[in-house]
Amino acid sequence: MGLLDKEFSDGNIVVANVEDLLNWARLSSVWQLGFGLACCAIEMMATSASHYDFDRFGLIPRNTPRQADAIIISGTVTLKMAIRIKRLYEQIPDPKYIISMGSCANCGGPYWEHGYHVLKGVDRIIPVDVYVPGCPPRPEALLEGLLKLQEKIRNESLRKKS
Amino acid sequence: MALKTETMILNMGPQHPSTHGVLRLELEIEGELIVNVKPHLGYLHRCFEKHAEAMQYNQVVPYTDRMDYLAAMGNNFGYVLAIEKLLGIQVPERVEYIRVIMAELQRIASHCVAIGTNGADIGALTPFLYLFRDREYILSIFEETCGARMLYNYMWIGGLSHDIHPNFVRRTKEFTSYFKNTIVELDNLLSYNKIFVERTANIGILPADTAINYGATGPVLRGSGVKFDLRKDDTYSIYNRFDFDIPVGKGLQGTVGDSWDRYYVRVREMEQSLRIIEQAIDQIPEGDVQSAIPKKIKPPKGTVYTRVENPRGELGYFIISDGNTNPFRVKVRAPSFVNLEILGELCKGHLVADVIAILGSIDIVLGEVDR
Amino acid sequence: MKKAEEIFEILKNEFGDIILSFDKDTPTEPIISIEPLKIHIVSKFLRDNAELQFDSLMCLSGVDDANGKKVKDADGIDIIEGGTLSVYYHLYSTVLRHKITLKVSAPREDAKVESVENIWKCADWHEREAYDMLGIIFLNHPDLRRILMPYDWFEDSFPLRKDFKVPEFYQGMKIPY
Repeated sequence: MGLLDKEFSDGNIVVANVEDLLNWARLSSVWQLGFGLACCAIEMMATSASHYDFDRFGLIPRNTPRQADAIIISGTVTLKMAIRIKRLYEQIPDPKYIISMGSCANCGGPYWEHGYHVLKGVDRIIPVDVYVPGCPPRPEALLEGLLKLQEKIRNESLRKKS
Repeated sequence: MALKTETMILNMGPQHPSTHGVLRLELEIEGELIVNVKPHLGYLHRCFEKHAEAMQYNQVVPYTDRMDYLAAMGNNFGYVLAIEKLLGIQVPERVEYIRVIMAELQRIASHCVAIGTNGADIGALTPFLYLFRDREYILSIFEETCGARMLYNYMWIGGLSHDIHPNFVRRTKEFTSYFKNTIVELDNLLSYNKIFVERTANIGILPADTAINYGATGPVLRGSGVKFDLRKDDTYSIYNRFDFDIPVGKGLQGTVGDSWDRYYVRVREMEQSLRIIEQAIDQIPEGDVQSAIPKKIKPPKGTVYTRVENPRGELGYFIISDGNTNPFRVKVRAPSFVNLEILGELCKGHLVADVIAILGSIDIVLGEVDR
Repeated sequence: MKKAEEIFEILKNEFGDIILSFDKDTPTEPIISIEPLKIHIVSKFLRDNAELQFDSLMCLSGVDDANGKKVKDADGIDIIEGGTLSVYYHLYSTVLRHKITLKVSAPREDAKVESVENIWKCADWHEREAYDMLGIIFLNHPDLRRILMPYDWFEDSFPLRKDFKVPEFYQGMKIPY
């Protein structure tokens, strides 16, 4: 499905349709908003550090939402933070993608019952593309989540949905 | 007539790469100089204390993991010690040894992150990558024994969740001999690096009496030259059996109590932790690690305050029992929460860029500050 | 190094009626109870007296004693009426290496305790937390605002009180699961 699968047969000319080209460019440079919330942020840091090396998938942390394509919501979203997350999300230019990392961001995690200050799932305020379960998810799980996101981007279409 | 100027308010955080999480600092600045710093907390308030009241005693342990998520073993340790004191349980020798080794390995892993991010904030990214590489080693040792990388739920009231893995002793020995080189490497790369020293020496000086009055503990207090470590001064578990030193700040590159001293104390502490592990690993006695776990945990009415030396300082648990199966009240004295209070005092008169150098040297974990 | 009994004797001789009681029956630590509006005087003495030198406040904890009557309010929700809220102070002397626990109790409806912020600086945030979580008012505190909960959190809603009810919505976000 990827652009490079089509192989260079004739010199260095590749024949592909625009959709594939655009999607390929997008999925291989998903710049994320460098933004940690809680425990999962440490696993996210571990993923981007030497051992697991996030960068090889084209994921580079950016420090401002205006340069980013994706957010990894890595940790518990509290009510106080939810308002800020919504604002950060709104500042990201389209197209934008959200990976919800860990149980807390998915559904409130261990704080679902008595957490009077915890938002029970970040999807209550912003749309989520990929959920990564775990408390905290292993770096491999986060990588899998990213691959899932790339698959989703690969199948996007420019045409209007009818 | 003098020109009239006004101070400016600059917001740093909650989304900021160098605030170590979701801390918001309201800086009042005059040009580049800091006039005042107001930290705003609570962006990660996860209601630990309410949860503790709603859970049974043994169910609270996983929640303690999630407070200081860089030192989950230490958090478990403090909590189970408090409940064991309330119940009057004596745990087997084997458990004591394993707990101490785990806590010290965790201290090294935690300091790796603290030092790495401190350097990365200032611009030295290489030590960050090196230390995270070695931290993975410790995490894999933990993972082999208890199945989790970060949040272990390993120490239970009266015992441990699992006995150590057969590989544990061998791999820990491998690690201790290997990690000594990393410390040498770290000293060469970062500790005496000219740029790093320029950025941290004489920055954010904390005098010893202010540190005590503000209740600072851990490397922040010891960086100011106060020789105070709960492992020695209010000893718990079996720490009195081991021979180790307490490193304190001496002002080698600047003044006693500056950011560099706090950083340096952490580096030297890792060496001491290695010493403790090396002594303990050969002495682990045989035994059953779950023999003392009580079937039903129902402590008598009463209160208890225990404190342990976590990587960030004094972690205290104040627990009130009303004789039921749930704790009546659990209050956590989180070291980062108290240490962070000094930030305003330390930053006054420094430049904006120094704020992150100071914050990195205090080493906070927001999960613990906000609980 | 002094025992809790000796510290209690010193305080009793110095202050008399302000020191309410000495509870040493608790299994792990003895507690000295003190009048809530005089705690700052006692604290100052404890810090400055050469025999005591409590220069460090380890922990300050607010507690809802929940010792009042359980009643139903107009909407049929359980609330607690009467009883007390308490504050525990855990002190330590880094010089003399002794510890002591102090306790003050104030009525639940009008919980006012003197602040010790100007004696031990670290009490500042601990007291703000006790106010935030339990609604204990610390008199003469320089900056008594909420600390962990949002600044615009519901008034009179203190999460760690035993009769706390989770609100349905905060700023349009549903709170319960």
